[in-house]
Amino acid sequence: MSAVLQPGQAPGVRPPGEPAAAAGRSGTRLALRRFARNRLAVAGLAVVVFFLLFCFVGPLLYSTDQTHTTLTQVNLPPGGAHLLGTDAVGHDELGRLMFGGKVSLLVGLAAGILATVIGTLWGSAAGYAGGWVDAAMMRVVDAGIAIPALFILLVVSAISTPGIAGLILILGLVSWLVPSRLIRAETLTLKNRDYILTLRAIGGTHSRAIARHILPNSVSTIVVAATFQVADAILLVAYVSYLGLGVQPPSTDWGGMLSSGLTAAYSGRWWLIVPPGLAIILVVCAFNAIGDGLRDAFDVRGRG
Amino acid sequence: MANLLYLIRRVLQAVVVILIVTVVVFCLLHALPGGPARGILGPQATAQQIAQFNHEQGLDKPLPVQYVYYLRTLLHGDLGTSYTLNEGVSQLIAQRLPKTLVLTVLSAVVGLALAVPLGMWQAVRRNKPTDYVITTLSFVAYSTPVYFLGLILVLVFTQLLPWFPSQAPQGDSLGQVFADSNALVLPVIAGATSMVAVFSRYMRAATLENLSEDYVRTARAGGSRQRAILWRHVFRNSLTPVVAMLGYYVPVLFGGSLVVEQLFNYPGMGLLFWSAAQSSDYPVLLGCVLVISVATVVGTLLADILQRIIDPRVKAGTS
Repeated sequence: MSAVLQPGQAPGVRPPGEPAAAAGRSGTRLALRRFARNRLAVAGLAVVVFFLLFCFVGPLLYSTDQTHTTLTQVNLPPGGAHLLGTDAVGHDELGRLMFGGKVSLLVGLAAGILATVIGTLWGSAAGYAGGWVDAAMMRVVDAGIAIPALFILLVVSAISTPGIAGLILILGLVSWLVPSRLIRAETLTLKNRDYILTLRAIGGTHSRAIARHILPNSVSTIVVAATFQVADAILLVAYVSYLGLGVQPPSTDWGGMLSSGLTAAYSGRWWLIVPPGLAIILVVCAFNAIGDGLRDAFDVRGRG
Repeated sequence: MANLLYLIRRVLQAVVVILIVTVVVFCLLHALPGGPARGILGPQATAQQIAQFNHEQGLDKPLPVQYVYYLRTLLHGDLGTSYTLNEGVSQLIAQRLPKTLVLTVLSAVVGLALAVPLGMWQAVRRNKPTDYVITTLSFVAYSTPVYFLGLILVLVFTQLLPWFPSQAPQGDSLGQVFADSNALVLPVIAGATSMVAVFSRYMRAATLENLSEDYVRTARAGGSRQRAILWRHVFRNSLTPVVAMLGYYVPVLFGGSLVVEQLFNYPGMGLLFWSAAQSSDYPVLLGCVLVISVATVVGTLLADILQRIIDPRVKAGTS
């Protein structure tokens, strides 16, 4: 990063004559610098990178059979050939942690991003439209927030068992409400700026105003919201198996490992619940810490 | 006058929200595979049986007509009849809801009672080790699935250290529930933990903001002690945004009670909901969703009004 700076130039100060577009870039650079100074946030980033490597590269280095049961090797405690022991059907627990983590991270990331996209579209449209359209759209959000997500997920589990794509869709659909409120608030502060009014005056369309001006200017709010949304989605994925909506065997995720290990824990097989439990806690903490760091760095109003 | 107008507007909003919730629940009812008939008659029912059931239940009429019927029965307090328990859904919920309220209100009170002083303490000791430790702990508490936390609590406090029973109070009346207070400890801890995490963060932020206000400097210059400033001024001013967040937290509390009641076998609405999901008892499921949502809307409304009472600075339309 320092290579980009001219000698003697203070970071973030635009040299005379440079186009205004650079101001946005150096603003981002300053924010990233503030982010890098936040120890908790950097630790969070390190944890996320670790788990991504662990789940997606790990199986290449530590290959285990996660499809066939090995009934001669069930419920082995940690140690020996199986670093974290084996579960009730003989799957290696460390390998399973990688295998299940793939699903948890993938579904969590996708659902969190989907929720942010829906929330962004809804919130910016409502805030930009204003008046009764805004009021009606936000009452829908209020209604959605009033119905606790876990209850909806349990109702869905009584109706059907979705696959991974269905799961992402359902989780996205129950969790777009909070981001929509944040983006709406952001849109309200932006929509009466001079450049939007000018654009309208020279005949620019509403969708152009939203797509080319409101959304790019809300990008930091959106990114912060997305980070928290991913944290919440990974946590929600952990509930999904517990509620009976989980991915079907032989596939699994951390939540599935956790809920299927519940009974095993009572008979002392702690190694079946502690690793997936810790993995969930660490990753969710990490995304929250990153979100906190980004929010402070970009000086965005947001939750918590 | 402004207060009255605000109140009327706010109540009207709540009514609209509740109407939207009924539409959502109604849609869910009709999203069931094969409709509600398949759910109750089972997979072996003939098409003729299903048609007859639909006719008897008015399910063969156009959807808007059904929705109006549905609203009318709702207004009479009739939520339908349970498929499996052969009892009115309203009666079932009336028996269970008070217990769930006891658990959620207790969790909320305990959670707030811990979170508020914790958040203030963190703000006063900002960026010192205490602050970091509590921040980290609250991140961990927030990130722990309630069922995992509950399991750990049961393992530690009923097996390792046999201090509390692993089952919540089973009594029918609220008196019996309170009499068995020892058995309430673990469910309340499980329900309150994430609340402590979230609200200590809010309280920390609100306190920090207030500590940098001019009135604090004035009070300090006037010779007031830190403790007096903190409790007499900052505390009250910081509490307002926290109370406002309480309204938004009601659905999370109910969601938590769903898991806590199942874990500790506490016969409230969450457990009713859970067993209804296992037996595809759709009237009970949707009745519970409706009641919980209405309770949430009312809770949010009360929190908004409470916030206006506590803090006269909050003007209508700002939230």
